[in-house]
Amino acid sequence: MNTPRKTWHPYVSPFDPCKPITVKTYSTPPNLYMGFQPPGLEQFTPMQALRTGTLWKAFYDPWYSPYEKAREGQQP
Amino acid sequence: MWVYEKKLQYPVRVSSCNPKLAKFLIEQYGGADGELAAALRYLNQRYSIPDKVIGLLTDIGTEEFAHLEMIATMVYKLTKDATPDQMKAAGLDAHYANHDNALFYHNAGGVPWTATYIQAKGDPIADLYEDIAAEEKARATYQWIINMSDDPDLNDGLRFLREREIIHSQRFREAVEILKEERDKKKFF
Ligand SMILES: [Fe+2]
Repeated sequence: MNTPRKTWHPYVSPFDPCKPITVKTYSTPPNLYMGFQPPGLEQFTPMQALRTGTLWKAFYDPWYSPYEKAREGQQP
Repeated sequence: MWVYEKKLQYPVRVSSCNPKLAKFLIEQYGGADGELAAALRYLNQRYSIPDKVIGLLTDIGTEEFAHLEMIATMVYKLTKDATPDQMKAAGLDAHYANHDNALFYHNAGGVPWTATYIQAKGDPIADLYEDIAAEEKARATYQWIINMSDDPDLNDGLRFLREREIIHSQRFREAVEILKEERDKKKFF
C-alpha cells in the first residue's frame, strides 16, 4: 500500500530569520502508482461515490486544511 | 454539441461570509491551471490526437466546464453581497474598480486569462504530458486554497474538485499507456 503523503527535511540554517519548518510534506496521490487501472477494484456505493468524487476506493485521497478537525484518511 | 443540465456537478455550500476566499478561488477560475484553461486545452487538443483518446479529452474537457461553474458559484456567493468596503478589505479593490461585483477570468493576482496558458503541440505524447501536469498543478492549487480556508462547507466542494483532478490525471496517464502500446502485443492483467 502506498502512502499519499511524503515528508522531507529542508536544510535549517543557524541564521534563519523565521522559525524554521523542519518537516515539509507533499502529496503523492494514488494515480502515481496505479499504471493502468486493474479490473475488479473495490467500489464505493453510488451515494459515497457522488460525495467523494470517485467510484474507486483506491483513488480516494482527501485533503483537509489545518483548520479542519476532520482527520486525513477518514472514510466518507 | 452539448446538453446542459441546470444543476451543479456537486452542491456548492459556503457557510461563512469571507470574501477574501473569493480572491484565492479566482485562481481556479481564470488562472493558468484553472478550470477554464483546462476545459479549453482539452477540447482544443482533441482534434489532432489519435482517435482512441479523443473521447477522453471530450469527457474531461466537458467536466472541467462543470467545475468552472462550481468555482463561479463559490466566488459569486462570496462576493454578491459584499459592499465596496468589504471588497476593499478582502483585497478585491482593484477587481471592484474594474468589474464591480462581476466575475472575471483572471488569476488570484489579477492577471487576466490568456491563451498562452495552454498549448496544443500536435504531438500526442507532448500534449498528454502537458495535460497530466495541468491536472497535478490544479490538484496542488486546490490543496493550497483548502489550506487557507476555514470554511468546512466550501472545503467540502474543493475536496471533491481535487479528487476529480486525481482521477483526470489517472485517465490521462492511461491514455499515454494506450498510445505507447506496441501493436500486436498481447495484454495480460
Ligand atoms: Fe481536471
